[in-house]
Amino acid sequence: MDAVILARLQFAMTIGFHFFFPPITIGLAWLLVIVETIGWRKKNEIYVKIGKFFGKILALTFAVGVATGIVMEFQFGTNWAEYSKFVGDIFGAPLAAEGVFAFFLESGFLGLYLFGRDKVSKGVHWFSGLMVALGSTMSAFWILVANSWQQTPAGFVLRNGRAELTSFYDAVFNESMLIRFFHTIDAAIISGAFIMAGVAAYFLLRKQHIEFSKAAMKVAVIVGIISSLLELFPFGHEHAKQVAQTQPEKFAAIEGLYNEEDGSPMVLFALPFDNPPELKGVIEIPGILGYMVFGDPDAKFLTLAEVPKEDRPPLWLTFVSFHNMVILGMYFIGIMLLAGYLIKKDKLWDNKLVLKAFVWSMPLPLIACQLGWITAEVGRQPWIVYKMLRTSDAISVTVSAGEILFSIILFGLIYLMLGSLYIFLFRNKLKHGPEPIEVKGEVA
Amino acid sequence: MDLNIIWFILIAVLIIGYAILDGFDFGVGILHLFAKNENEKRIGINAIAPVWDGNEVWLLTAGGALFAAFPIVYASVFSGFYIAIMLLLVALIFRAVSMEFRGKVESESWRKTWDVAFGIGSTLPPVLFGVAIGNIIRGIPLNANHDFTGTFLSLLNPYAVLVGVLSLVLFTMHGAIYLTMKTEEEHKTRMINIIPTLWIAFVTIYFVVTLYSIFESKFLFDGILSNPIFWITFPVMIATIIFIPVFVKSGKFGRAFLCSSITIAAMVTLMAIGLFPNFVPSLNDNLAQSLTIYNASSSQRTLETMLYIALLGMPLVIGYTSFIYRIFKGKVVLNEDSY
Ligand code: HDD
Ligand code: HEM
Ligand code: HEM
Repeated sequence: MDAVILARLQFAMTIGFHFFFPPITIGLAWLLVIVETIGWRKKNEIYVKIGKFFGKILALTFAVGVATGIVMEFQFGTNWAEYSKFVGDIFGAPLAAEGVFAFFLESGFLGLYLFGRDKVSKGVHWFSGLMVALGSTMSAFWILVANSWQQTPAGFVLRNGRAELTSFYDAVFNESMLIRFFHTIDAAIISGAFIMAGVAAYFLLRKQHIEFSKAAMKVAVIVGIISSLLELFPFGHEHAKQVAQTQPEKFAAIEGLYNEEDGSPMVLFALPFDNPPELKGVIEIPGILGYMVFGDPDAKFLTLAEVPKEDRPPLWLTFVSFHNMVILGMYFIGIMLLAGYLIKKDKLWDNKLVLKAFVWSMPLPLIACQLGWITAEVGRQPWIVYKMLRTSDAISVTVSAGEILFSIILFGLIYLMLGSLYIFLFRNKLKHGPEPIEVKGEVA
Repeated sequence: MDLNIIWFILIAVLIIGYAILDGFDFGVGILHLFAKNENEKRIGINAIAPVWDGNEVWLLTAGGALFAAFPIVYASVFSGFYIAIMLLLVALIFRAVSMEFRGKVESESWRKTWDVAFGIGSTLPPVLFGVAIGNIIRGIPLNANHDFTGTFLSLLNPYAVLVGVLSLVLFTMHGAIYLTMKTEEEHKTRMINIIPTLWIAFVTIYFVVTLYSIFESKFLFDGILSNPIFWITFPVMIATIIFIPVFVKSGKFGRAFLCSSITIAAMVTLMAIGLFPNFVPSLNDNLAQSLTIYNASSSQRTLETMLYIALLGMPLVIGYTSFIYRIFKGKVVLNEDSY
């Protein structure tokens, strides 16, 4: 197989696997800030217990997040050497800033948060939790700066065969940066809320730790309602507008705008085909799209028919990923609102159906995140830096296809193992519940 | 002094910070393989549990800074050392997760498995770093496009492997000294007793490596003797090396640790002034193909922006990192939050 395909597969696999963990880390970290605040200020033991229990889940998630993140830090150099030479002048700075401003903060204070509960005052302990949340959010900020720059490059000139920085501010606050940051952080908060709600639902179904679970469920549902509504509007909506304006080819692939005569309907359902580009079994609302993006139902969009074949992104994958992300987003809003209503009526606690749905929904926001990234990244093809550098010109010339294949198999196996162990230990933790665990391993 | 030189120094500083801090984590991990009982193992792990990840961030930041300031070095070296880096990453993955996983299941074989993973995950990185440094001192085969033309096996030449062994011994000793500050009774006595052996091994291998370097490295010693920094660093290093066993013997473990930290810093400094102004010398006699701090760097604008980031961020980092270290100072006490 050719090295370009393998290098892309490798990147997709390693970053995709890494990104199962950051959303949980970031989301739980903020939920823990809320919980610890209540526990500390109101001196409420239940919330302290919630903090301790989800702190352990955070630690487990963080460990795997860190282990898989290290790979990413070096991957640009190992697999994408030509890319690194082309973008290094701009792209390296956010990566370094992420280390300086974010990773030190989150890792240093996580140690204090997890192991320092009885070594420092309650206030300092609370502060360390806040710094973990802030640090992980800043880490997301800087890495998303890097990613957004490759989507919508700004603040540079082409000189000496590479992109050279002219304005750091423009490069950081490029057109897709802020909206991508809000959309992604909010996705992380949704993910955290569903983890907390799912765990609480699991205990409620087993009639264990009732007080604990009711309190956790309330926090998770309040945060869940707010964050999932915000994800649709304004964040999702504004993000789609931004794509339509800055990456019209991607937008055409996302929305299935293949031919002139399609106009600008909003497609609710369709089966997309790549060759020739076409949608079958379409259910659509005419005119909506133009109205949503440009405030004009008759607005004209770029269609793929106008894009040269070699510049078109893959259609099927982009379309399917995007629409499933949106469907999941609607489901999150639905179930969170329903749960809010049931809590108000005091009817959630023995509603087996909804509780079961919550247990099974734990991984869904993570899947929505993966789908979102596939939309953004596959929709960016064939460019690695939009309109500047093609993906096929970006790989390491000195690395052979065989070497990449070796590392795909190596990391594939390790990640399979890490993923299974994570799920196994997560379930173990659930079975154990929030009771103080007897000090382990006194075998001596 | 121009920005390129400043960034060369700053990257050396990040590498020094990494080597000193994660160095003792590696040492603790290596010694974990030889721990006598469950209690010693847990003390060892919990001696580094709150800080190891922060220490590893020095590596990540050095990597990020290298990417930003010297992208050509980042691209050429990392793609050139492909297989070695993949092995390094695997080792770091296992080290990271084994501490978290090991205490989570009540089973003897489960713990044994993660003990081995933790030990090997801590042994391999120092060896690989040493091998990489050995190769860089020697020079690596680069073509006119600054691309690496060697193979993985060519990296495993005797000189580089010897530097790998040196690094392994040094960090094991560094970790043992760290543990003397964290342990009590029998455990502590054992640490104190192995330090002299490790010290003799370190001094012997370092001596051999230095002689070997004179033959292997064509330019490392070129200007070094006329460099005033050499005449400060070198005597300091010799003194700190000598004082390590002295302080250990007299029970001043904090000072012994300071000495081994300074030794590490001095060794990196000596290498840096030997390489300067090259970053990665080319093995072929053609030094024009070498990666230097000028032909491999980012634009002046980026170097300047990065300098602001460093000046703004690093004092903060050093501030709260010392605060956190102070909180965890002293002997390890196991409680319900411990691993
Ligand atoms: C939106 C958020 C986000 C995204 C897109 C990425 N990461 Fe990540 N990363 C995090 C959010 C995060 C985090 C929340 O900060 C982590 C995740 C798991 C964790 O526990 O910390 C983390 C950990 C983490 C670590 C370990 C840090 C440590 O030791 O403390 C590294 C080196 C990276 N990441 C590097 C990357 C790179 C190079 C990426 C891009 C290609 C990347 N991450 C994508
Ligand atoms: C964390 C969530 C992310 C996910 C799930 C993700 C997903 C993907 C996927 C699926 C691909 C393969 C696309 C293809 O080859 O068709 C890819 C490629 C790539 N992504 Fe991302 N990505 C993420 C974040 C990032 C970030 C933060 C960066 C940069 C800072 C980045 C840079 C790249 C690069 C360099 C490639 C390889 C070249 C390419 O195929 O375009 N990605 N990513
Ligand atoms: C509900 C309606 C939603 C809309 C209209 C929407 C819109 C979008 C759009 C247009 C993109 C592509 C951006 C690009 O290509 O540059 C995107 C990406 C993404 N979406 Fe969504 N989204 C929605 C819901 C969700 C949900 C519920 C989640 C997860 C919980 C999510 C997570 C993501 C992620 C992680 C990305 C990739 C990062 C980025 O480019 O921001 N989205 N979304």
